[in-house]
Amino acid sequence: MATKNLLQAIHDGLVEEMRADDTVMIMGEDVGKAGGVFRVTEGLADEFGPFRAMDTPLAESLIVGSAIGLSVNGMRPVAEIQFADFIPPAFDQIVSEAARFYYRSNGAWNVPLTIRAPYGAVPGGALYHSQSVEAWFCNTPGLKVVAPTFPGDAKGMLKSAIRDPNPVLFLEHKRTYRLIKEDVPEDDYVVPLGEARVHREGMDLTVVSYGLMLYQVLEVAGRLSEEHGIEVEVVEPRMLYPLDKETILASAKKTGKFLVLSEANLTGSVSGEIAAIVAREAFEWLDGPVMRVGAPDVPAAPFAKPMLDFFVPSSEKIEAAMLELARY
Amino acid sequence: MTTPVTMPQLGESVTEGTIARWLKAEGDEIEKDEPLAEVDTDKVNAELPSPVAGKIEKLLVSEGDTVDVGTEILLVAVAGEEDESPTAEVPPRESADGEAPAEESPVAETTTELVSGDGAEQRTVAEANEDSGGDGRGEVRDAETLRLTRSSPVVRRLAEKHDVDIQEIPGTGTGGRVTKKDIEGYIEEREAEREAAPAVAATTTAPEREEETAAPEQERVPIYEGDRVVELTSIRRAIAERMSRSKHEAPHAWSMVEVDVTGLVALRERRKEEFAEREGIKLTYLPFIAKAVVESLKEHPVLNSVWDVDRIVIRKQVNLGVAVDLEDALIVPVIPDADELNILGLARKIDDLVTRARNRQLGPDDVSGGTFTVNNPGALGSMVSVPIINHLQAAILSAEAVVKRPAVVDDAIAVRSMMNLEVSFDHRVLDGGAALRFLNAVKRRLESYTLESDLA
Repeated sequence: MATKNLLQAIHDGLVEEMRADDTVMIMGEDVGKAGGVFRVTEGLADEFGPFRAMDTPLAESLIVGSAIGLSVNGMRPVAEIQFADFIPPAFDQIVSEAARFYYRSNGAWNVPLTIRAPYGAVPGGALYHSQSVEAWFCNTPGLKVVAPTFPGDAKGMLKSAIRDPNPVLFLEHKRTYRLIKEDVPEDDYVVPLGEARVHREGMDLTVVSYGLMLYQVLEVAGRLSEEHGIEVEVVEPRMLYPLDKETILASAKKTGKFLVLSEANLTGSVSGEIAAIVAREAFEWLDGPVMRVGAPDVPAAPFAKPMLDFFVPSSEKIEAAMLELARY
Repeated sequence: MTTPVTMPQLGESVTEGTIARWLKAEGDEIEKDEPLAEVDTDKVNAELPSPVAGKIEKLLVSEGDTVDVGTEILLVAVAGEEDESPTAEVPPRESADGEAPAEESPVAETTTELVSGDGAEQRTVAEANEDSGGDGRGEVRDAETLRLTRSSPVVRRLAEKHDVDIQEIPGTGTGGRVTKKDIEGYIEEREAEREAAPAVAATTTAPEREEETAAPEQERVPIYEGDRVVELTSIRRAIAERMSRSKHEAPHAWSMVEVDVTGLVALRERRKEEFAEREGIKLTYLPFIAKAVVESLKEHPVLNSVWDVDRIVIRKQVNLGVAVDLEDALIVPVIPDADELNILGLARKIDDLVTRARNRQLGPDDVSGGTFTVNNPGALGSMVSVPIINHLQAAILSAEAVVKRPAVVDDAIAVRSMMNLEVSFDHRVLDGGAALRFLNAVKRRLESYTLESDLA
């Protein structure tokens, strides 16, 4: 075990998979020679050469499109979209091609493709470097969307994603890249896709969250326990699509109070899907309204710091929502 | 924007209040802090100041109704506030101010009729169209009212499963909602009670057992022609509850001493006119008694204490309660830090509290925090009384009427001004010895006054 941040854990996961399996390769803008804009792929070009750590043109449609072609021809590519904000040009390739390939070919071809994309608001990121895009992909059957938050999960889930026979969109909250550190096993291990994780147990309310928000939720949950004696159960879906309904519903039924918190804007969000599942399937166990907190429906995360501070749910807003629900 | 006003907490341990009288009607314009209603609680009657300025849209509670603290009691339309949500959407019409801005855009003009007009009317229309807002009896209520009267799915499910009447459970949720925890606690308690009486349950047959579990209803007295049934005011109910509780919980013991107050009577006679002229208040015996009590409490602090489950808490502060008779009720305003006042200070404070108590102007702070109570039935001519301890305090003192009586002074019979002084005390906290040492300390102080004593 060694203490790693999220960046290092993802780097290690990539390196280990590439060493273990010759068909695993990475491709994307500046991932080779430059080692990636966040240094995730640093050293990979030196070790594996320019064809397994491939720099591509600034053309996301091409990155994903050619990765699909490679994947149906025996490779296991990990395509990087430098910022999730840049993913729309590749949308057609992901949604219309990668997600449907297996279905369209009646099971003859599958697409073992992993697409990594850093998402989430960072100071100064603004319109092109801060969006949370998960909802666009979370109603696309055929695709798996994962968003691990902690380094240990990220490494284990990246390995699972690479080994998975289906296309997996692998989202990394870039604000947590260096923020969250923990001991990460150095041996070969995987964390299965599709299992939610209960970070702390509690009887008073359930909060489901992921990414930077999860990190803040855990902080606030600790504070509520100390200051108010309110015990919050915190659940991280880890895979956003399809969802681990079982774990989420079990927690909702246990506490009877349910809050979903994410940084994405609320309308049409993953939060909405989770809330709808709970409202329908845990109805008889609910002791309060199913609540959601998220960013307002504005076109993009703003540049100005005061506006960004308002846009991203703050600890104060999180605490207020949790207290309101606990006391309901 | 419509802002709800809730029943405030008008004192520690106050959980509900009665709207005695609305001072404003629907449609009235109100300023911030303008009185909205007279509110009775079990401790005080207070005026409720408005937390906001605006126009009263709707009174949600009728006069005479008792509601929990936190319950919304009226809706105020606050003028001139914009919708705060920074979305790019058009603000909802309901939130628009009654007066359409002068430079309305053409699009908005077509909807002027909707924008202007009484906010309350619009609300009613909106509600009437909302099918799901009904209560099944054709009555349409707003979501807020429904939230307070309806139970969550889990509470209803548990109530049905365990055969519980939800209305019997005191709710701790928002606005007094019964939460899952409330009903779980209630069921658990009920189970524990059932288990505690297994002997009875075991010997009874099934139907009888069912009767037992039903809420015990107390048998009422028969009512004959001409009888008048008086419903309890909240203050009467509070007195009833406190007195029963004190008598049930605290084992009362009682002692009396006789005090020769001839010197004090002479002093008061000599100074009372000058005092009334100078201070504008009557000089009564009460401040003298209060001062003697406070000083004696400092000497015998165990009387200035509280029984706390399985221990005794001796209070540092001396906050002296003074019982005031209100003809239909009794109220005990408190002189905080009474040990910091001299006779003049005590006289002023007592006069102020009594005046305000009689005018029903006491605030929540005036009646809370007492550590010891002085009762003064002597003012009404009482010779002997056995007071009930003001609940949770350790003791209460009664001062009786000052009367002239033959008394033995230096082995001769003399006419003296005498007063009986009694104390009821919680025998869990202290014993007769401590009570009498305290009583004698008060007696010693009251007997030490002479014509020449000053009023400091």
